[in-house]
Amino acid sequence: MKTLLSMAATVLFGVYASVAVAGDPEKGGKVFKKCKACHAVGDGAKNKVGPQLNNIVGNAAGAVEGYKYSKALAAQADAGLIWDEAALSEFLKKPKAYMPGTKMSFSGLKKESDRENVIAYLATFSDTDTLAAVAADEREVTLSDATLSIEGDVAYGEYLASDCQTCHQVSGASDGGVPAIVGWPRVEFVYAMHAYKQKVRPNPVMQMMAGGLGDEEIAALAAYFEGLE
Amino acid sequence: MKLTRRAFIGTTAAASLSAPLVNAGGHGRPKAVIIGGGAGGATAARYIAKDSKGEIDVTLVEPSRQYYTCFFSNLYLGGFRSMDSIGHSYGTLASEYGINVVHDWAVGIDRGAKTVTLAGGSTLNYDRLILSPGIDFIDGSVPGWDVSSQNAMPHAYKAGSQTELLKRQIESMPQGGVYAMVAPPNPYRCPPGPYERVSMVAHLLKEINPTAKILIADPKPKFSKQGLFEEGWQKHYGGMIERIGPDFGGDNVSVDAGAMTVTIDGSVEKVDVCNVIPAMKAGRICEIAGITEGNWAPVSAHTMQSRIDENIHVLGDASAQGDMPKSGFSANSQAKVAAMAVRGALTGSKVFPAKFSNTCWSLVDTDDGIKVGATYKATDEKIAKVDGFVSKTGEDAALRKATYEESIGWYAGITSDMFG
Ligand SMILES: Cc1cc2nc3c(=O)[nH]c(=O)nc-3n(C[C@H](O)[C@H](O)[C@H](O)COP(=O)(O)OP(=O)(O)OC[C@H]3O[C@@H](n4cnc5c(N)ncnc54)[C@H](O)[C@@H]3O)c2cc1C
Repeated sequence: MKTLLSMAATVLFGVYASVAVAGDPEKGGKVFKKCKACHAVGDGAKNKVGPQLNNIVGNAAGAVEGYKYSKALAAQADAGLIWDEAALSEFLKKPKAYMPGTKMSFSGLKKESDRENVIAYLATFSDTDTLAAVAADEREVTLSDATLSIEGDVAYGEYLASDCQTCHQVSGASDGGVPAIVGWPRVEFVYAMHAYKQKVRPNPVMQMMAGGLGDEEIAALAAYFEGLE
Repeated sequence: MKLTRRAFIGTTAAASLSAPLVNAGGHGRPKAVIIGGGAGGATAARYIAKDSKGEIDVTLVEPSRQYYTCFFSNLYLGGFRSMDSIGHSYGTLASEYGINVVHDWAVGIDRGAKTVTLAGGSTLNYDRLILSPGIDFIDGSVPGWDVSSQNAMPHAYKAGSQTELLKRQIESMPQGGVYAMVAPPNPYRCPPGPYERVSMVAHLLKEINPTAKILIADPKPKFSKQGLFEEGWQKHYGGMIERIGPDFGGDNVSVDAGAMTVTIDGSVEKVDVCNVIPAMKAGRICEIAGITEGNWAPVSAHTMQSRIDENIHVLGDASAQGDMPKSGFSANSQAKVAAMAVRGALTGSKVFPAKFSNTCWSLVDTDDGIKVGATYKATDEKIAKVDGFVSKTGEDAALRKATYEESIGWYAGITSDMFG
């Protein structure tokens, strides 16, 4: 969450922190050995089994030129996923859980410190000053730290979700003009719902549905749908 | 034997008020019986079975093996959907959710004994009963019409063979002929339904019989999405549709199915097709159960429990619940609240505050979709509207197309929410 906090701050106050991430890049370099079989980073890094990772931190997902992403990642990229620290950390914890259908066959980094450190390491190859600012600017709405950091109650989310499932299929299938909403990173879900709630996004059905939900309820839904495959 | 059993179940029910975890004692899992496998009943059955993970024995009673949705049946008339595409079977509910699907009519309910009698002769015990039987028609509401006239003058307000019959009749109208609709008084199933139907009939006639006329006799001064429909009729079907409201006698109508005439305020019109949509009431089984007041079954908004018998929940069109329109979306929404309440009562699972929503899409012509919707909350008095919206006149074609596409997504969503 820390990056999200500082990103929100950058937008509010127009000050860009040059180091937006919390970990130790040196230790992260060691953790990165686990990634090296598939990913290159640094001067002249090329795509391998996985995409090269220059400028990955704070950038839009699915943006590395010449790399063919999984459908799952491409869909998230379309939905506006940004690889900020929070999203990367969730992804790296258990890639297949965070993004069912990802090509990345890596079981994940269980330790939070490992994740923080490796992200800090990758951040040294990313232009976080400008990228973080762009990422926050690209959001349709500005959400407070408090709103973004609510831990959603999955059981409550499951109940509330029954309302969504009149139109959005729980299987993840989609027809006509109603998109699939399962397996979204929760940050994306929260931003999307708040964008409807604040009537920044136009659809009146979604404005109405989101309008009836409090921050806790949106967080609960985000947590529930994130866990579905 | 019978007496002891009654007494035994009676005790369990009393006990369950204070200790909800007590189930039907030595008889194994607590039993939920649902009558009617439509928008309300199928959803309720699926949610109870899914969320109780086998802890509740769920039986669904529904005479038809194939349920044809009324929603999108107007699109069938317009040629936008096939009959097959709006038919759904109960196979998945039985095989994936372990629901005991019984294809039969419920013909009797003994509220004291908590049993349901089926036309086939067997009896089902319940701890909680859910009724979602939809609507029946009020005899005599359109003088000259009763259910025995439905082949000459179809209602097509329960989907399937009636809808197919109506379409065949429209297709065989003589060039320049007249399709008449006798519209129903409030309250009735699907407020925009008759007017979406008129739009779809006009769409079909415009293709196959462009000089035909549509005549609506309407007892209501106003109707759902009126401005939007009238704008669309003007734009797409200028001059084809005439509506006679109560100010010109639209509330004083009789029909003669033999002569194929409609008499509006004393003036007799010879017509080629006559679509009579009579006044409605709760499905008959509610009356048989003795839980109706007037034409509908009053319920508590918090749980959809009957105001007359707390072991019975009534969903969908049959219920008198307050502000929600009688729609498939509403029935589906209410079913989830009832399913949660039933699980709470029978297994002690957590019960969250009731929330409801509804949106009704209608198609006016190709890619010209409109919608109206609202959210609702439970108060002690009724289901009360919180917030709502409606499409606007003059919207651009892209938005109307997107609205139609959204309705296609909704249809796929709600039918998989009902049938798995
Ligand atoms: C032309 C038309 C268009 C519509 N369009 C829309 C729309 O676009 N959107 C929308 O949301 N709604 C729409 N509706 C309304 C919607 O179809 C109903 O509101 C909805 O089906 C109500 O659900 P229900 O569960 O109350 O009843 P139903 O869905 O009618 O289900 C009742 C079921 O109970 C069964 N049954 C009845 N009595 C017994 C008994 N004694 N024993 C056993 N089974 C029994 C019946 O066979 C039936 O299958 C439309 C309706 C019509 C007529």
